[in-house]
Amino acid sequence: MVLTGSQILLESFQKEGVDTIFGYPGGAVINIYDDIFDSPIEHILTRHEQAAVHAADGYARCTGKVGVVIATSGPGATNTVTGIATAYMDSIPMVIVTGQVPTQLIGNDAFQEADMCGITRPCTKHNFLVQDIRDLARTIKEAFYIARTGRPGPVLIDLPKDIQVAKYKFKYPETVNLRGYKPTYAGNSRQIDKAAKMFLEAKRPVLYVGGGTNLSAANEQLLRLAEMTQAPVTTTLMAMSAFPQRHPLALGMLGMHGTFYANMSVTECDLLIAVGARFDDRVTGRIDSFAQKAKVIHIDIDPTTIKKNVAVDLPIVGDLKDVLGRLCDKLAEKEEALQKLVETTGDWRVTIEEWKSSHPMTYQTSGSVIKPQFVIEKICELTADDAIITTEVGQHQMWTAQFFQFSQPRTFLTSGGLGTMGFGLPAALGAQVAFPGRQVIDISGDGSFQMNSQELATLVQYRLPVKIAILNNNFLGMVRQWQQMFFDRRYSQTCMELPIDFIKLADAYGATGLQATKVDEVEKVVQQALETPGPVLMEFKVAREENVLPMVPAGKGIHEMVLAS
Amino acid sequence: MKHTISVLVENEFGVLSRISGLFSGRGFNIESLSVAPTLEPNVSRMTLVTRGDDRILEQISKQLNKLISTIKVIDFTGDEYVERELALIKVTAEAESRAEALRIVDIFRAKVVDVTPRSYTIEITGAPGKVDALLELLRPMGIKEVVRSGPVVIGRGSKAVAG
Repeated sequence: MVLTGSQILLESFQKEGVDTIFGYPGGAVINIYDDIFDSPIEHILTRHEQAAVHAADGYARCTGKVGVVIATSGPGATNTVTGIATAYMDSIPMVIVTGQVPTQLIGNDAFQEADMCGITRPCTKHNFLVQDIRDLARTIKEAFYIARTGRPGPVLIDLPKDIQVAKYKFKYPETVNLRGYKPTYAGNSRQIDKAAKMFLEAKRPVLYVGGGTNLSAANEQLLRLAEMTQAPVTTTLMAMSAFPQRHPLALGMLGMHGTFYANMSVTECDLLIAVGARFDDRVTGRIDSFAQKAKVIHIDIDPTTIKKNVAVDLPIVGDLKDVLGRLCDKLAEKEEALQKLVETTGDWRVTIEEWKSSHPMTYQTSGSVIKPQFVIEKICELTADDAIITTEVGQHQMWTAQFFQFSQPRTFLTSGGLGTMGFGLPAALGAQVAFPGRQVIDISGDGSFQMNSQELATLVQYRLPVKIAILNNNFLGMVRQWQQMFFDRRYSQTCMELPIDFIKLADAYGATGLQATKVDEVEKVVQQALETPGPVLMEFKVAREENVLPMVPAGKGIHEMVLAS
Repeated sequence: MKHTISVLVENEFGVLSRISGLFSGRGFNIESLSVAPTLEPNVSRMTLVTRGDDRILEQISKQLNKLISTIKVIDFTGDEYVERELALIKVTAEAESRAEALRIVDIFRAKVVDVTPRSYTIEITGAPGKVDALLELLRPMGIKEVVRSGPVVIGRGSKAVAG
């Protein structure tokens, strides 16, 4: 079958099981869009290319499938970069196709030309410039394969306009052979045996769980491991939904805004089992006081994360699902030793319970002013267990991680590594496209919301019933908090002085706007939003100078927290 | 500590920038880099010299391996290997210094590859230390220009790296 390049692209997408493309048309992809007109694949037109990438990212995060984006050359392509970098830092599988000027014009500073392979080299897992129509199908096959295997990540295909119109016999390759890319899935048996031995000898073990657990869909294996060993589990921001937060073994988040008991547990443990986590600086705080009493087992599919930031006693490279599953099997064989482990670690769990009751995760409640934490607790209380929560970046994001009790995998979508403001709304859009029947809620701040607020239009156009909760304090709250604590309350450029009428803004786009200014209105507004069909924007006028606590100041060890009074 | 690393890569669009970008982006040091195709035309071999402690070198090796275009990474440090660099040196050679320059060239088993009434261009091949030593001796005469290739290395013995 002889097809044009753009037809080959869309046919290949179908072979890869793509049902939705997020994108934005333009001159250098106009041929692709002409074929999209007749394609069974759904296309969601966002109002900005950055939002298209975040939407595909949200779609990928909650489904585990590869998110797909199309954008035009030049500015369309450069607009995708923040979205790509966001996905790269959080290891999200995506394929981004950007149009490019015709091959004979590349390098000529042609109209809407940008060197996308050059620009995205450090923020993609891999990228391709297609220079020959004969390579196109194989390139797409490889792009999807690279994106979804190993440690997942975004892959960019830069597709010149002349390749889109060139014709070639279409045959989608069955297999991929990349001699430089062979990810390790099966963990080394001897290392797993050693890990079991170390585990059984531990007196104060802690499981330190990262986003890899969701990516590998190893949630069941993790739960089994935790329960059979009765080891407490602390989760990173990326993994809040990887382990049920109401579980008695859950310690909540660790690190800069982690719980007292999670940070103390990590500081005092004698065995730290890092599971698909990468010892980010926001997790470790001052590195030379992080888990100093512990032997460290590090399990990850990406060898570069091992020994990057901390010394590791036992590295295991492999897929978590495989490694944790086999570790559980190994431990289950040693029934007696396992029994003994549960007994000997009893004191450790008592200590942790004491920390939990002496310093619970809490905040000062108020009857006169809406506390942002209260809003999050109410949303958590009133939504379904499988509701998908997205956030932007800042205080509201940390409060969500601290006060929302996640119970199902892949229900918390947030930009962890890059910390991208403006992520949450388009990510919620993508999640709602993936799961039209589920509750999808973007918890936002007034600052972040305005970074991609144009996506209200997309929600309304596609009738996507995303609920947006803006915790409005008229501040860029997280920066303001730092200025308060470390810069003598000099609030330089963090006060959003123009009060936005968010209700009118929602109205202008044809969405419903609801507002709560008093404490007793909060529950009503959340309830009403959930019952209202279509997109709803909720604005909560919250305490303006509330701080996220506990907090580990920069340069301090994670046990040196500033606590809520 | 200095390390000499060979990297076999797919000989494709942008591969050099992937390697050099990796070094600059992660703050790794790179002292020299040389690249050319191997017996297999779609495979290139890079030889690069870098510095760092064990932890950094482990990261460099892992990060290079992580690139999709990388086929194989060999760190020669601690192994037996032959290391050679080529240098072309344009040196002032007038009247009294002409004979002295030739004597030095002779001692180093270097070659004069271009002559003018006022200069010699000298070709030398050897371990980088040998090139350094020659430059040191020629310096008093006035070195006008130096071009060094950066070292390439190959392991000793009959075992070979394919590609």
